[in-house]
Amino acid sequence: MAIDWQTLRLTLQLALTVSVILLALGLPIAYWIAFSRWRLKFLIEALIALPIVLPPTVLGFYVLVALGPHSPLGRWWISLTGHTLAFTFTGLVIGSILYSLPFAVQPFAASFSAVDRKLIAASATLGASRLRTFFRVIAPLSVPGLITGTALSFAHTMGEFGVVLMVGGNIPGVTRTVSIDIYDRVQSSDYAGANQTALVLLILCFVLLALVYGLNRKAWVLHPVK
Amino acid sequence: MSNTRPPAEEAATTDPVSARRDARLQGKFRKRYTAPGQEFVLDVAFETAPGFTILFGASGAGKTTLLDCVAGLATPDEGRISIGDRALFDSSQKINVTVAQRRAGYVFQNLALFPHMTVEQNVSYGLAHLPHVERTRRVDSILHAFRIALLARRSAREISGGESQRTALARTLVTDPEVLLLDEPLAALDAATKSQIIDDLRTWNRAHRIPILYVTHSREEVFALGERVIVLSAGRIVAQGTPHEVMMAPMQETVAQLAGFENVFDAVVDAVRPERGTMTCRIAGDGAPLLLETPLVRGGVGAALRVGIRAGDILLATSPPVGLSARNVLPGRIQSLEQRDVIVSARVKGRVEMEAHLTLAARDSLQLAPGREVWLVIKTHSCHLMQPSS
Repeated sequence: MAIDWQTLRLTLQLALTVSVILLALGLPIAYWIAFSRWRLKFLIEALIALPIVLPPTVLGFYVLVALGPHSPLGRWWISLTGHTLAFTFTGLVIGSILYSLPFAVQPFAASFSAVDRKLIAASATLGASRLRTFFRVIAPLSVPGLITGTALSFAHTMGEFGVVLMVGGNIPGVTRTVSIDIYDRVQSSDYAGANQTALVLLILCFVLLALVYGLNRKAWVLHPVK
Repeated sequence: MSNTRPPAEEAATTDPVSARRDARLQGKFRKRYTAPGQEFVLDVAFETAPGFTILFGASGAGKTTLLDCVAGLATPDEGRISIGDRALFDSSQKINVTVAQRRAGYVFQNLALFPHMTVEQNVSYGLAHLPHVERTRRVDSILHAFRIALLARRSAREISGGESQRTALARTLVTDPEVLLLDEPLAALDAATKSQIIDDLRTWNRAHRIPILYVTHSREEVFALGERVIVLSAGRIVAQGTPHEVMMAPMQETVAQLAGFENVFDAVVDAVRPERGTMTCRIAGDGAPLLLETPLVRGGVGAALRVGIRAGDILLATSPPVGLSARNVLPGRIQSLEQRDVIVSARVKGRVEMEAHLTLAARDSLQLAPGREVWLVIKTHSCHLMQPSS
């Protein structure tokens, strides 16, 4: 069997870690984007959207520099753990979070914005704190957007290549992901292996996206958001 | 309904908030909105006692903004809003109590029921701070008082308009607010459902005695509910008082437009009879002036006024009527008849031209047709006097 299960497991682990962290990190950011009235908010929105248009190598390069031993962050990490962040799984997670951030935040923020403001006002007049309003009203009515954002960040992390190559390199069991593996196999003319691995990734991503769209369709039928 | 009373009375006696009952809502504030090419300033001063105060005005007059400022959803530029001696907002003392802390119940025009919750979950939403037993007790009693106990487990999405209105009211009232803000909550209901809900609301208010600001466009609601009316026009209070004072007295033209007069004439006071509470107004007509008996308002002989008469308040007779209490009988001839939905609008030309509304049955049984000679009958108190537009 040509499929490298260790690489596949590592890729899934990376995608899962990143999407869970992005769910936690994306909620407050998306809330802020959806409800802040700050005039310069658009600058932050543009910054978060950057990874969509930026070549992954550019992002990867900056992340590599930031994680490396010459940056404050890198030095702090080394003083803490004794080794550099670059070319580690943790480094990979950090790079991937930045890279997939807009894929989580944008659907989250869009669904928060779509919640009827009167519902939020009603919750406040009934004495609910902002936190309670968020968890009891805004989040439950944004479930389709939350599913979409989490699944997109998962799938997007599964398929990333440039950032991983720049930040993680290609260390089996530590930073070698499926997309790197495929590239490797093509480089060494192992087309059969590349084909099988690519097919696995393709099917996984397709199943995941189909699940998201299927779930959201069902959610939409059961809970049509006014 | 007898089962509605005990829960409401009981809540009133056991609740610590009852000490603050009969507090007045006072507001004196300004809020300016600017949009490209237009500016809107809400600048009001009012004081309302417990019970219903109607907020009446055209759309865009600032009614909802006023409610938003009281609820804390909008922040005035300057001024003060208080309930009893508790300040909700005071720009000079930098007080601005958060929405959640204001204890201002607000029922929105679109009701804003939480669509992902059941009726019961909606109603208990504002009681999260209470122990479970107390919460259940209060929710049960209000569900009964507003006759929605049978719907408790239904999704807020699946209930009818009237049921939604009841749920929204119950959800707000169960939190025992210190002031109640109602933004046309009954606008979409049929008359029967509406008056039933109003009755339940009155019952509730008898036990709770808090100020209720009630926004409406409907004259019927003004008279059915209002102990006081505040008329808002372009961000300012242009009249306030009892419904009778505000709706009957010479009013601002804006009020008249809202009240929907099809017939409006310039008039001059011809004679006053204070002892009878009436006066005669002269309206310039074809050939000779038309004299109308109207209610007495401020202003002596020679004062210029406008007279408004609703088309629905005019009776039509096909022979000269006798033995009538109505004081104004005006001969004329039908110019045109036009059917609008189930109402026939007749234009009748005498000394002046007037529009009168009648039913299809009346048109058919009287065999009315253009050219027919008729008499218009108008009661004294159907003539509403307004200040002329300056």
